Amino acid sequence: MFVRGLKRKCFDGEEDIEGTLAGIKAIPSYNLQRQSLLDMSLVKLQLCHMLVEPNLCRSVLIANTVRQIQEEMTQDGTWQMINTQSTGQASLDRLVSTDILCRSSREQAEGKHIPGYSTFNKDFEGDQAQGSSETMSTASSVQAPRNLQSNVWEMENPQENKGNFQKSLDQIFETLENKSPNSVEDLFSEVDNSYYDLDTMLTGMMSNTKTVHCDGLETFSSPTTATSNSNCKSDLNELDHIVEILVES
Amino acid sequence: FLGAGGGNDIQWCFSQVKGAVDDDVAEADIISTVEFNHSGELLATGDKGGRVVIFQQEQENKTQSHSRGEYNVYSTFQSHEPEFDYLKSLEIEEKINKIRWLPQKNAAQFLLSTNDKTIKLWKISERDKRPEGYNLKEEDGRYRDPTTVTTLRVPVFRPMDLMVEASPRRIFANAHTYHINSISINSDYETYLSADDLRINLWHLEITDRSFNIVDIKPANMEELTEVITAAEFHPNSCNTFVYSSSKGTIRLCDMRASALCDRHSKLFEEPEDPSNRSFFSEIISSISDVKFSHSGRYMMTRDYLSVKIWDLNMENRPVETYQVHEYLRSKLCSLYENDCIFDKFECCWNGSDRQVIFHRTVTFFLPPLCSIVMTGSYNNFFRMFDRNTKRDITLEASRENNKPRTVLKPRKVCASGKRKKDEISVDSLDFNKKILHTAWHPKENIIAVATTNNLYIFQDKMN
Repeated sequence: MFVRGLKRKCFDGEEDIEGTLAGIKAIPSYNLQRQSLLDMSLVKLQLCHMLVEPNLCRSVLIANTVRQIQEEMTQDGTWQMINTQSTGQASLDRLVSTDILCRSSREQAEGKHIPGYSTFNKDFEGDQAQGSSETMSTASSVQAPRNLQSNVWEMENPQENKGNFQKSLDQIFETLENKSPNSVEDLFSEVDNSYYDLDTMLTGMMSNTKTVHCDGLETFSSPTTATSNSNCKSDLNELDHIVEILVES
Repeated sequence: FLGAGGGNDIQWCFSQVKGAVDDDVAEADIISTVEFNHSGELLATGDKGGRVVIFQQEQENKTQSHSRGEYNVYSTFQSHEPEFDYLKSLEIEEKINKIRWLPQKNAAQFLLSTNDKTIKLWKISERDKRPEGYNLKEEDGRYRDPTTVTTLRVPVFRPMDLMVEASPRRIFANAHTYHINSISINSDYETYLSADDLRINLWHLEITDRSFNIVDIKPANMEELTEVITAAEFHPNSCNTFVYSSSKGTIRLCDMRASALCDRHSKLFEEPEDPSNRSFFSEIISSISDVKFSHSGRYMMTRDYLSVKIWDLNMENRPVETYQVHEYLRSKLCSLYENDCIFDKFECCWNGSDRQVIFHRTVTFFLPPLCSIVMTGSYNNFFRMFDRNTKRDITLEASRENNKPRTVLKPRKVCASGKRKKDEISVDSLDFNKKILHTAWHPKENIIAVATTNNLYIFQDKMN
């Protein structure tokens, strides 16, 4: 899926932690980028509009993006590398949201077999009994991230810090289920502030238009100019032809 | 001996701007659709507040040959109101998603306007006379005492100030579970289609309590949903043919004669993906936001996030032409995904021009106008035009700074990378809140209507 031959940062050993710290500021690795994208997508899916029906097209596109990432991560087995990373104490300086979601999913996965990615799509399931329209209810979408990551990170490694991360995540989900207009504020009030950093980091990452930043996630296209073979003139030729046939000269 | 205009590049000049001047945009004033009627005399806009505003072009002043008539407000009415769906505890937005005009058959004008769930047929009629001189009523409407009536007279019509009335003639409701994104009137002028995310329905303009479902892509198991309908349109000449586009960048052409439910397409238009451009955002940017047939029906145009593509209906495997609208955004897709701009739905439109007229000896042929220019919007209040013949393109800006009528608009240029030249604007300076999603081209003249967030700009070509 990513361009062949592309250099990716390896995650190994201690070199990693400092390297990653610097890496975040300068050249985020493909895996980190991908992880950030996954996190961002899941947040987007969770933050559905409370009062107005969410945009189905947007939801489907985001869900497909998440699915793509998940498939790739499963194929690569890169989730393993991410798990190894988390042994570092300097975790707060890294993508904390990754930790939140990673660790909670491991706990979720304990003793639970999630039938598969298909449950993610419960987002779109509506009230079958009433036969009325399906909406993207936030309650069911809440299930999705847990299930999703359980799939991705099914094989677990022992982790140290369950701590308040799981609590934070649960609070996020509970707040969403309440469907109150204030839930968006509640969502962020309990969460570590470095959640905000995710966004600024991503914007910061992408606003520098250096090629090297976006190697992994986005490859630069060679400009494709319009290669048209036909133009309106063919219309005219046809007309001439028709005229000739119709009116014998 | 071709009578159509062509060849010379059009020089666009500012003509008018409608809407509030403040930077503080009231949400209800956000323009959500723009559409000229079939003659071009009327220009309708719909907004987020559910209102429709119709502008009318002034009759051309014969003495002032260097300017075309201005557009002034003709009618304003509240088309849709916000509703609350009690079953789902959700609001139904009153925002007007689309307006489509019916061709004029009598003195009145008719248009279809739709929000997410309900389509309405509006009649707009003029009243410039009123009857006076009733026998039984006073002029103010009160009934006269019958005993005072001693003579008989016939009421006569007397002129009055022009009054334009809009009245809803049909309400087509309860047929869409999902959000309506398109309406399209058939060339038979009797039926029309409405499309939501998963279904397309066929209506008769006279019948409101029934519609026929002609496309249904809802999977039996909603868990399997991966693709939605994004736009649909009837063919301009074949009343049995329509197309619909999807979020995966495909267009399906369907023939209603084939079966009652057009589950299987007659044609599938899809361009194979360019592997060198593949990214996690590939699917999102391939999602088609608009589809428009050319006047002849031979071609159709689609708009996806970064480009406009022209398709020949006879060739399904790739477009015949592709125009890059803002390729410099390709490196910004992650940010645009984060701030949701990547989901913006830009529309596109063809130029409208006089019909082609071909004279050959004693025979005159009238043909549909040549579609040679395409127009679409971008960010920073920029909009773009591509000339299919000359292969030239131009970027213009809708801004109050270019306020002088008959002054030719200055072309804009975005500097993608490297050293920024004077008068160029760098990608990072673009204002992504200023987006032009809706544009319309007068069906007969070189007049265009361009909607920024809450203002409507009208530009016309410089006449000599």
